[in-house]
Amino acid sequence: MRFIPFILSALATIGLVVVLNSPINTGGTSIPPLGKFLSPQVGLWQNAKTESFDAANSIQFTGLRGKSSVYFDERMVPHIFAADDRDAWFIQGYLHAKFRLWQMEFQVRAASGRLCEVLGEKIGNASLLDRADRNFRRMGMVYAAENELKEIEKDTMISEAVHAYTDGVNAYINNLEESQLPIEYKLLNYRPEMWTPLKSALLIKYMAFDLSGKENDFEFMNARSIFSPADFDQIYPTRHDSIDPIISNSAALQAARINLKLPANVDSFYLQGYDTNHVQPLEPHPNNGSNNWALNGHRTVTGKPILCSDPHLALNLPSIWFELQVHTKNFNAYGVSIPGAPFVVIGFNDSCAFGITNSMRDVRDYYEINFRDDSMKEYFFNGEWKKTKFRYERIAIRGKPDFIDTVAYTEIGPVVFDKHFDGSRTTNGKYYAMRWKAHDPSNELKCFALLDRARNYNEYTSAIHFLHTPGQNAIFAAKNGDIAMTAQGEFPAKWHRQGDFVMEGKDSSYFWQGMIPQEENPHQLNPERNFVSSANQYPVDPANYPYYLGGQFAQFRALMINRLLSETTGASLQDMMKLQTSNYNLLAEMARPVVMRSIDENNLGNSEKKYFELMKNWDLQNDPDEKGATVFLLFWNQLEHEIWDDEFGKTKLPMLWPQKGTTLEGVLKDTSFKFADNINTPEKETVSQDILAAFKKAVPKMEEAESQGNLAWSRFKGTRISHLLRLDAFSRGDLDVGGGDDIINATTSTHGPSWRMIVQMSDPTLAYVVYPGGQSGNPGSKFYDDFVSDWARGNYYIAWIMKEGESKSNRVIGTLKFEP
Amino acid sequence: MITRNSRFIVTIVLIALLSLALCIYFPWWMIAVVAFSVSALVDQSPSKSFWCGFLSIFFLWMALTSIIDSANQHILSQKIAKLLPLGGSSLLLIFLSSIIGALIAGLASLSGAYFRKLLKS
Repeated sequence: MRFIPFILSALATIGLVVVLNSPINTGGTSIPPLGKFLSPQVGLWQNAKTESFDAANSIQFTGLRGKSSVYFDERMVPHIFAADDRDAWFIQGYLHAKFRLWQMEFQVRAASGRLCEVLGEKIGNASLLDRADRNFRRMGMVYAAENELKEIEKDTMISEAVHAYTDGVNAYINNLEESQLPIEYKLLNYRPEMWTPLKSALLIKYMAFDLSGKENDFEFMNARSIFSPADFDQIYPTRHDSIDPIISNSAALQAARINLKLPANVDSFYLQGYDTNHVQPLEPHPNNGSNNWALNGHRTVTGKPILCSDPHLALNLPSIWFELQVHTKNFNAYGVSIPGAPFVVIGFNDSCAFGITNSMRDVRDYYEINFRDDSMKEYFFNGEWKKTKFRYERIAIRGKPDFIDTVAYTEIGPVVFDKHFDGSRTTNGKYYAMRWKAHDPSNELKCFALLDRARNYNEYTSAIHFLHTPGQNAIFAAKNGDIAMTAQGEFPAKWHRQGDFVMEGKDSSYFWQGMIPQEENPHQLNPERNFVSSANQYPVDPANYPYYLGGQFAQFRALMINRLLSETTGASLQDMMKLQTSNYNLLAEMARPVVMRSIDENNLGNSEKKYFELMKNWDLQNDPDEKGATVFLLFWNQLEHEIWDDEFGKTKLPMLWPQKGTTLEGVLKDTSFKFADNINTPEKETVSQDILAAFKKAVPKMEEAESQGNLAWSRFKGTRISHLLRLDAFSRGDLDVGGGDDIINATTSTHGPSWRMIVQMSDPTLAYVVYPGGQSGNPGSKFYDDFVSDWARGNYYIAWIMKEGESKSNRVIGTLKFEP
Repeated sequence: MITRNSRFIVTIVLIALLSLALCIYFPWWMIAVVAFSVSALVDQSPSKSFWCGFLSIFFLWMALTSIIDSANQHILSQKIAKLLPLGGSSLLLIFLSSIIGALIAGLASLSGAYFRKLLKS
């Protein structure tokens, strides 16, 4: 029996190896294969190694055309000096993969509804399948990306770029050893897939979702079912009193080339009709927006134009942006790129600078489809039964059999909502097809390819015409002194309130009747006021534009930016930094006088008086340590409830909460504001009574915040930058940052300026930049989040616009060489 | 003639060096194969063999992880130690890594020693 101890010990060894080499699933959380994960030579420890560069040896790839070099500066920003354009795009793909492989793959997974494949069906109690994957599949993200890819393949330049980029990513993946896998793959125990051009197209569609996937059709239907048409128009106005549009003092655009025909029953059925719906779609973050502005030489101290751009997006790690310089014999661009696609998206070159802010226009509508029966095989359209096409979406789920979702496609678009999909929300059993501009063929990448090499206004204009969806306010400043702004996009020409509600899909009478011709997009070159600006407000005064704009526009940042810019002369780069990080609360400035008039301090208790004084003496800055900012916000939120809760309490259906600007207008109108009255009480409340009641009700919340030591604004707000997997250990929390919603420094708790850029179009170009993250996607690298503290403090870095022949500079901390 | 003590130490060093080299090219569990093979070749009691394997990988992995960790200024180890959760302690993570490797190598060495006995009988 001498073999028994051997058998036992051998079994124990093998058993332990097998257990520690497999992931452990404990219900919700999965634990990585511990032995593998903790081993020093393949596991996490390999991710703790410092970035290394083998400068002596070139990396050889057959796809390359010439010899190229990449120099990394002290912030790990690569400066690519490429033999030709194609090699530059290859190298960009290689570098994106080297620094951000997991992130770029994960984002595309999310966009194409493939998260369950690596994360399983549920996260905690939330169904990832229903909430994310099925939603993205059903809204036709892959279908849209396929349409985009067809356009890309037709275009020699962009097709070459995307294929070179793909080759670069795959060159990195092919040479990737298991020990060098990004840590997220090791944690979740899966491996990267090969990159494809379709994935770059999917990323563009993810941008389209994030920035143009917002509409309120169902919420508006719900609201219309309980409000009269007149009330509805007051709660959701299509124009505001204090309006400061992007294109200032524009003359009315008369010669609209599209003659809009209203459907016959638009007044009786569409605008007045009552219908109830219970559907609420998956939505991008409501704060997605941005600031950009440019001053010409008349307003700057050097006499040269200055362009500023800061896109506001969800604050994540790894950051959405990757900073780089790309130099070839044809162009020299510096700025930020999006891992997953070639080109610099926001940045500058030797001739001009460019940036974008979101247009906020509504380019996504729903049509009710009448199917012959539940099989959805035929639908009634223009008097006949038409055949449906089906798309079968196979969703792989980790640890479970695949899920197959059948999506019907009509001529309008995919039937997103049907009897089989309610997205864990209550539906009314109707069928709705989505008409989304992002489904149309387009070639957005070409916009950025051409901007990177644009030399003048005309080239900027022809570049941005390729940007269809998401619509963006594209800003431009050039060394010759030109500044310009275009409310760019390919937008449907809509009649008043078209697409605010779901529409009839039985014939084409409610269809979009055409696209607004590009030259009828609001635009401005060298305006008299010597600056251009945009901050997601109305592109033009709606009264002066022949097409309906749709969408919910921001107000306060634009008002503030334009106020400050019109006072500015002799602006320096430092002045622009101050402006870009301004914490001034304009809403509070406009609302506070009414509050002061409405509350008699003598009628307040001691604690109430203390907070009232805090608000009264506050300097209106949402600085990190300001207590007044917190007091004001708590009061304002309560005031909105005081005003709207009675009306909105009439239903449990989801409705769009009125915009702050709408509430403020009502408060300023005072006695004529009918919604001040609480409809549930016999008396007639006034704005002043609402204000007093709101303040008294908010005081306990202020006391609570203070007792927890959270009355200071940044403590109350609690800004955090979350890892894409929401892992606390890889996130940065409790940042000491001011600003907030509707403030130029638009930093809220999870959202904010994702790239701050200030460029002076002088010779040489001078640029200040910063973003809330770091160049490396590896949580084990010091370059993972090394910009965060400076970003939080409002500091900037001087961008090093490297020239050929500076490779010996002591700013170079690493070099990569490429050759065929 | 090698003394018993020095045989013990030479075995430890041999397992460590072979594990270090082979794990560059093969999966992490090569440590078990190495510990098993070396212990099957060296004439030692099962308990001594166990400790040879255990201590060898314990010290190897502790050295490797400590070197990496201090060069990294504990950036990653602290985060992973928060995630696992080990209270954010780099030392605990290093210890856990080393113990897991040590246990496997120890058991493999034990198996190796029993295997040798089996063949000799």
